[in-house]
Amino acid sequence: MTKNVSLTYREALKMAIREALHKDERVFLMGEDVGRYGGAFAVSKGLLQEFGPDRIMDVPLSESGFTGAGIGAALAGMRPIVEVMTVNFSLLAMDQLFNNAATLLHMSGGQLNVPVIIRMGSGIGRQLAAQHSHSWEPFFAHVPGLIVLSVGTHEDARGMLLGALESLDPVILFEYTSMLNLEKEIPEDSGVVDISKSKVRREGTDISLITYGTGVYKCLEAAEALEKEGIKAEVIDLRVLRPLDEATFLASVRKTHRALVVEDAWKSVSISSEIVSRIMEKAFFDLDAPVERLCGVEVPIPYPKHLEDASVPQVSDIVEKVKKMIKP
Amino acid sequence: MGTKANSSLDANLGQNLLKQMILIRRFEERAAEEYTKSKIRGFLHLYVGEEAVAVGVVQALNQEDYLLSTYREHGHALARGMNPNVIMAEMYGKQEGCSKGRGGSMHLFDSSLNFFGGNAIVGGHLPLAVGMALASKKQNKKNITSCFFGEGAAAEGEFHESLNLAALWEVPVLFVCENNRYAMGTALKYTHSMEDLEKKGEAYGIRSVAVDGMDLLAVMQAAAEAVEFIRETGKPFFLVCKTYRFRAHSMFDAELYREKSEVEEWKKKDPIPKFKEYLLKENLISQALVDELERDVEQEIENSVAFAENGTWEEASNLTRFVYSELKQP
Amino acid sequence: MIKFLMPNLGADMEDGVLVEWRKQPGDFLQKGDIIADIDTQKGLIEIEVFDEGVLEKILVKEGQKVPVGSVLALINDGKGEEIRESSGDNPTPEVPKILEPQEQAKTKSTEEHRIKISPLARKIAESNGIDLTLLKGTGPEGSIVKEDVEKAISERIANKPVPQPEEKTKEAPEESVNVSRTTSDSIRMAVAAAMSKSNREIPHYFLEKRMDMSKALEWMKESNKTRPVQKRILPVAMLIKAVAKALDEVPDLNATWENGLQRKNEINIGFVVSLRSGGIMVPAILQADSKTVEEIMETLNDLIPRARAFKLRSSELSQSTFTITSIGEGGADKVFGLIYPPQVGIVGFGEISEQPFAEEGMLGIRPVVDVTLSADHRATDGLIGSRFLAALNKHLQNPESL
Repeated sequence: MTKNVSLTYREALKMAIREALHKDERVFLMGEDVGRYGGAFAVSKGLLQEFGPDRIMDVPLSESGFTGAGIGAALAGMRPIVEVMTVNFSLLAMDQLFNNAATLLHMSGGQLNVPVIIRMGSGIGRQLAAQHSHSWEPFFAHVPGLIVLSVGTHEDARGMLLGALESLDPVILFEYTSMLNLEKEIPEDSGVVDISKSKVRREGTDISLITYGTGVYKCLEAAEALEKEGIKAEVIDLRVLRPLDEATFLASVRKTHRALVVEDAWKSVSISSEIVSRIMEKAFFDLDAPVERLCGVEVPIPYPKHLEDASVPQVSDIVEKVKKMIKP
Repeated sequence: MGTKANSSLDANLGQNLLKQMILIRRFEERAAEEYTKSKIRGFLHLYVGEEAVAVGVVQALNQEDYLLSTYREHGHALARGMNPNVIMAEMYGKQEGCSKGRGGSMHLFDSSLNFFGGNAIVGGHLPLAVGMALASKKQNKKNITSCFFGEGAAAEGEFHESLNLAALWEVPVLFVCENNRYAMGTALKYTHSMEDLEKKGEAYGIRSVAVDGMDLLAVMQAAAEAVEFIRETGKPFFLVCKTYRFRAHSMFDAELYREKSEVEEWKKKDPIPKFKEYLLKENLISQALVDELERDVEQEIENSVAFAENGTWEEASNLTRFVYSELKQP
Repeated sequence: MIKFLMPNLGADMEDGVLVEWRKQPGDFLQKGDIIADIDTQKGLIEIEVFDEGVLEKILVKEGQKVPVGSVLALINDGKGEEIRESSGDNPTPEVPKILEPQEQAKTKSTEEHRIKISPLARKIAESNGIDLTLLKGTGPEGSIVKEDVEKAISERIANKPVPQPEEKTKEAPEESVNVSRTTSDSIRMAVAAAMSKSNREIPHYFLEKRMDMSKALEWMKESNKTRPVQKRILPVAMLIKAVAKALDEVPDLNATWENGLQRKNEINIGFVVSLRSGGIMVPAILQADSKTVEEIMETLNDLIPRARAFKLRSSELSQSTFTITSIGEGGADKVFGLIYPPQVGIVGFGEISEQPFAEEGMLGIRPVVDVTLSADHRATDGLIGSRFLAALNKHLQNPESL
């Protein structure tokens, strides 16, 4: 029996970065305020003292520049971990990510690998308003050549970065700042996560709740509440948003015959759009009800708490939606 | 408004500017207090210590001029004449706020004052400033655009692209770099290879000046000269104000990146006592009047908090408003 | 007296460790003074006071970790002993449910006749021969879902409806029963489903034989004279008994086809009863071979009204091993039935009528019945069927031994 340890999401992320730095001397972390400030969200606090300025590099506010430099360093044999402080600033680096990181392998006819890891603090919440509150996973998941991961649990916070380190291709990690202080138990020996697979976080027979990121704990909480009403919901954590592991969620839908896709991102042209399409294409005759979605309302995120909460699905929304789907 | 710099400052103007600086200082302190009580949420970036820059530059502008700022913009908004009530209400998230509560601390807007935010993506508003100035030029307007940003933004590609475009197109922009020495928590020497930032403007053929941003009189004079130059030539100007923020980057900041002694050193250069002493010495103000100003400011701040407290929450059924225009093209 | 609280310095701050008190009880506090150092995830942060007064009492010891909002100390601001918050609570309005456009309500059925059914339910219904038009949906927007189809399948098994035109049952007592639309719909549906399956899956062959009923009717007439009115028998009772005896001789027809031919030990004759509300029910006369004709008649008198009142027991509906359909008086001359799966045969009796009948070189007018057998060609061949009809005829010609 392995023991469980209790830790915060922040601690799990930090453990992974430390382990990567220890494991592979080609690894270095660079990003805005990762060193002397201690990380915008204190994830890298103390690492500068431990590993020195060559491996924990503070960079100017030059997102395109340092992201591109990370891609370049990866081309030339390093294993950079680039921290884009928040996903809000990632748009400034998108040219580098989409036009360079995602294309070099293909354009070079397979000659060049870009084993760079991009970490981004992301998510909607904390009353940060329209320019600092985002669920932009769908933008990135659109681009072939990138591996896009969503770190929705502590187990993945602990192990996804290490999984990414084994990839020869560029990996983008969406981390969720709203979960940093959240404390959960994970097995003490948690380690490398297979970054090609989704995961069934809870088994059920009546409906599949398909989600990722901040939706995972919300759906688990909803499933808990539904259980009390006699509804057994299965919770699928997509984890890898590109390339999608469709086998896992299709198998679940074939079992439960009903699906609700939950995400914070805006509904149109979202991850859920893609999931629903795949279900239609590949599991249509297994459906016993229309597939439904709970997504972000299509509005820039407003500042006041009550409007912010109304902008994204809450646990109670999920519970009610499921009840309506099963007992109309 | 728009006074030229001169040695004999008008007493009324001096008193007014002192009051503005005190108002900003007290407003920020009260915002910090309300933040610790969870009345204000999200990010809160305070301007304490940098008041002379906003007050000194904004007084040189006229009402038609455009103004853009960063997420540390309460000072600019107050100096521009925005009512503290609507700013406080905005930070409370109430619909009586200047942005109907939708924006919060980082997104203050008031188009009636030609105040265009409140921009929270570092460097993101510089191209906007160039475009607004370009529009003025195309429309043969005489107004100029003034754009505040920090030295952190000067490392962004958008800074360089914007300076180049402004010089290339010869548009009337006043770029004001508030160099407070820290891009969040990373010191100037770790973010800029060339720490004399004004040289970056010169490289684009833009007239550039660096000034002591802790000295209101110096800022006023430099701003007046800059504005005069822009109005005369229609060309951009790059003004670097060397300043310092006394408080942390944002509320949740342990300031691991700087020494307390450094902060204490800079506090000796506090622009408010310095300017107050100047006014007293030149007999442009009496201590009694200073006391009265401070009482007035306290009252204004109390009023703003009361106004915000009494504000109302917008109905959630309105959530999807302001995604697309409700007005038709005129 | 003012409560001094653990400040909230950010949405991601939940608690802090009080590391050091910079002020002690009795110290005068000015607005902006640093009162203590607290340790957070982001490191040590100096916390300031926003009130003026004398530090009255320290409530949290150094080294203690406390959540945001906890009272750390009391400050005497000279405004009385009453303990006050530094400010009130922040009332946040109730969060409304996530907004969703009311699209569904607007989707008026542009296609009135289209059946709303889930893809899964459709698949199951089709493979079980369930008629979708008879299903009532309980799913979203009234759509038919898996559960509805499964319910229909289980009802069909219970009801065992059989193919058939109507049997004239005016002889039997009738009751007026209020049948809900739902019940008759589901019966219609069950019949439809069973017959669709039969027609689709069972390769039928059909035999026909005209049988002389004169001896049987004569015997019936004579024996009825000795019976009280209520106990008088009808021809159908004799027909049922004769079928039961014939099946005893040709057991391959008293069987089901489920992974091959499965003979049944009991001879339970399903008898088609037409319902006034439409549709049919097929109650079984259990162990008909061991019942006398009188007992069969008695059973029918019991079963038929109960069938019409929907008061049959499930065993009476589910145990038949062979089926009879009888047109009765005033109906068609012949009836060719469809087998009720998984049975392998059904006998159809037309109306008994007087017809020219040749026997032993003589032509005469006799009461005759045209008897058909529909049988499953997977289970039996025409020879077996023929043998069965011959046996049936033999028993009808010897009514006294029925």
